[in-house]
Amino acid sequence: MSTAAEIDQAETILEVNNIEVIYDHVILVLKGVSLTVPRGGIVAILGANGAGKTTTLKAISNLLGAERGDVTKGNIMFKGEEIQSLSPNDLVRRGCIQVMEGRHCFGHLSIEENLMTGAFTRKDGAAAIKKDLEMVYNYFPRLRERRTSLAGYTSGGEQQMCAIGRALMSKPEMILLDEPSMGLAPQLVEEIFEIVQSLNTQEGVSFLLAEQNTNIALRYATYGYILESGRVVLDGEGKALRENEDVKEFYLGVGGEGRKSFKDVKHYKRRKRWLA
Amino acid sequence: MDLLNEIFVAPFVLIGELPDLFVQTIWEGFVAGILYALIALGFVLIFKASGVFNFAQGIMVVFAALTLVGLHALGIPAWIALFLTIGVMALLAMGIERVVLRPLVGQHDAILLMATIGLTLFLKGAGESIFGGEPKTMITTELGLPTGVTDLEMFGGLVSLQHLDIAAVVIATVMVIALAIFFSKTRIGRALRAVADDHQAALSVGISLNQIWAIVWFAAGVVALVTGIMWGARSDVSFALEVIALKALAVLILGGFTSIPGAIVGGLIIGIGEKIFEVYWGGLFGGGVEAWFAYMLALIFLLFRPQGLFGEKIIERV
Repeated sequence: MSTAAEIDQAETILEVNNIEVIYDHVILVLKGVSLTVPRGGIVAILGANGAGKTTTLKAISNLLGAERGDVTKGNIMFKGEEIQSLSPNDLVRRGCIQVMEGRHCFGHLSIEENLMTGAFTRKDGAAAIKKDLEMVYNYFPRLRERRTSLAGYTSGGEQQMCAIGRALMSKPEMILLDEPSMGLAPQLVEEIFEIVQSLNTQEGVSFLLAEQNTNIALRYATYGYILESGRVVLDGEGKALRENEDVKEFYLGVGGEGRKSFKDVKHYKRRKRWLA
Repeated sequence: MDLLNEIFVAPFVLIGELPDLFVQTIWEGFVAGILYALIALGFVLIFKASGVFNFAQGIMVVFAALTLVGLHALGIPAWIALFLTIGVMALLAMGIERVVLRPLVGQHDAILLMATIGLTLFLKGAGESIFGGEPKTMITTELGLPTGVTDLEMFGGLVSLQHLDIAAVVIATVMVIALAIFFSKTRIGRALRAVADDHQAALSVGISLNQIWAIVWFAAGVVALVTGIMWGARSDVSFALEVIALKALAVLILGGFTSIPGAIVGGLIIGIGEKIFEVYWGGLFGGGVEAWFAYMLALIFLLFRPQGLFGEKIIERV
C-alpha cells in the first residue's frame, strides 16, 4: 500500500465531502458520497445504471441546477476553494470542465467551430487559442481531417473526440469525463482511453471519469470508487480493485464459480451483503 | 368565362400594357417585404437562442419608436435620443432576462410564451402611461433620413421611388449583413449558435446562458428600433404598428422559425405577393386583399410544408 500513501501525500485537486443530492426536492439520489482526486490523477467512478455517477459529476460541475437538482449536504472543494455556489462558467474559468454523457456536440456547427466554443471563457488572446487548437488537432488527427464538417454528420467516435477536444480548448486543469465509452466500438474506446492517458501524462490534466465499462476504466485509472444506489461501497487503487474478488464477480463478470444467474441464491445473498 | 378572364387573362394583359405600374408595384412590395423581414428577424433571433416565441416583438417595435420620439420631444437632439433609445433597449433586455427569463429557466415552452404575452401587456401599459396613447410623428428629417422622391422614366411611364424607401432598403440590408457576420464570425455569435443547438452542452463548456439571452434580446431590441423608425416614418408611430408585427407571423411560417435567410425571403415573398395580388386581383374580392393575403399564404404553407421554406434541417445520424 505504499502507492496509496503516495497518493495521500500528493496535492489534492478535487475533494468531495459527503454530498447529498436531491432532485425536484423529493428524490434522494446521492446519499453521502465522498471522493478525492489528486492533482495529475485519473480517478474512476464505477457502477451500474442509476448508481449516481452522472449526478456526482454534475454536482461537481454545477450543471445540476438546470435539471432541478440540489446539493443539500456536504461540500465540494476544487483547488482548496468551495465551489458549490459557482456557476458552471465560473468553474470552467477556474479550470474544471465537464464532458457530458452522450457527447453533446453542437450539431449545426463545424468541428472547428465546436472546438472554438470551448475557448469561450478564455481571455488570453487569439494566438494562445490558436496554439491550443493545433495541440488538440495533434492529439486527435481525425478532427483535423473533419474540421469543416458539421459535427452532426460525424461518427460517434469523432463526436466523442470533438467533445473532449472542446473541453481541452478551455485550458482545463481537470476534466470530468462522463461515460466516454458509451456507444463506441471497443477499438475506439481503447483509442480514446489511450489519448486520455497521454493528456494526463503530457499535459498534466487530472481526470475524474464515470464509467460502466469497469474493465477498461480500471486499466487506466490510478484509483477507483464503486458506487451503488448513491453510496460509495468500495474504493481503492485501480490495480487492487481489479484483483478484488467481489469486483471481479459483480463488475467484471469473471471469478466466482463460473457464470452466475439471478436464480443463484448463494450469489444473491453474497450480493445483498455486499450492498448492505 | 368572364371570371376566368378576370383571373387568368386580364391581369397579365394589364402587366403587358403598363409595365411601369408593374415595376412600381414590385418596388413597393419589396420595401414592405424588407420591413416585414426585419420584424421577423427579431422573432428568429430570440427563438433560435432561447426557444422562446417572443410574442412581445411587435410591441417592442412600438415601444422603441415611442421612446425615441418621446425623448426627442423632451428637447434632446435626435442623434443623442437615438443612442439613449438603444441604451433603453439594452436595459430592457437585461431586465427581461433577469426578471422574466431567469426564474423560468427549464420551464415548458408554453409557459415562456405566456410570459411574453404578459410582457406585451406590460410594455403596452408602460408605453401608454409614459408617452400617451395618441399617434405621433416620427422624427424623420431630424434623424437625417431623406424625404424626396425620384422619378425614373421606364417603359414610357414613370416609376417613383421614395427616398425614404430607398434608405429603408439600404439600412435593412446593412443590418442583415452585419447580423450575418456577427453570427458566423465572432466569438459571441458562435456561442449564440451553440446555445441554439444545445443549451446543456453550451452551459457545460462555460457559456453563460444569462449573458447570451441578454445579448439576444438586446439585438432583437435594436432590430425593433430600426423597424419602428422605418414603419413610423411611413405612417405614424402608434400602437396600431403592433398589428403589422402579426404579419411577421405569416412570414415566419413561410420562412421557418429558425432561419434568418428564411425570414428575409419570407418577408419579400409576402411583401411583393400581397402588393401584386392587391393591384391585379384585388378587384375580384372587392379590394382590401392586402390585409389577409399573408395569412392565407401562411395557411397554405401550414398545410403542405409546415417547417417552412428554410425550416431547420434536423441532423440525425443513423
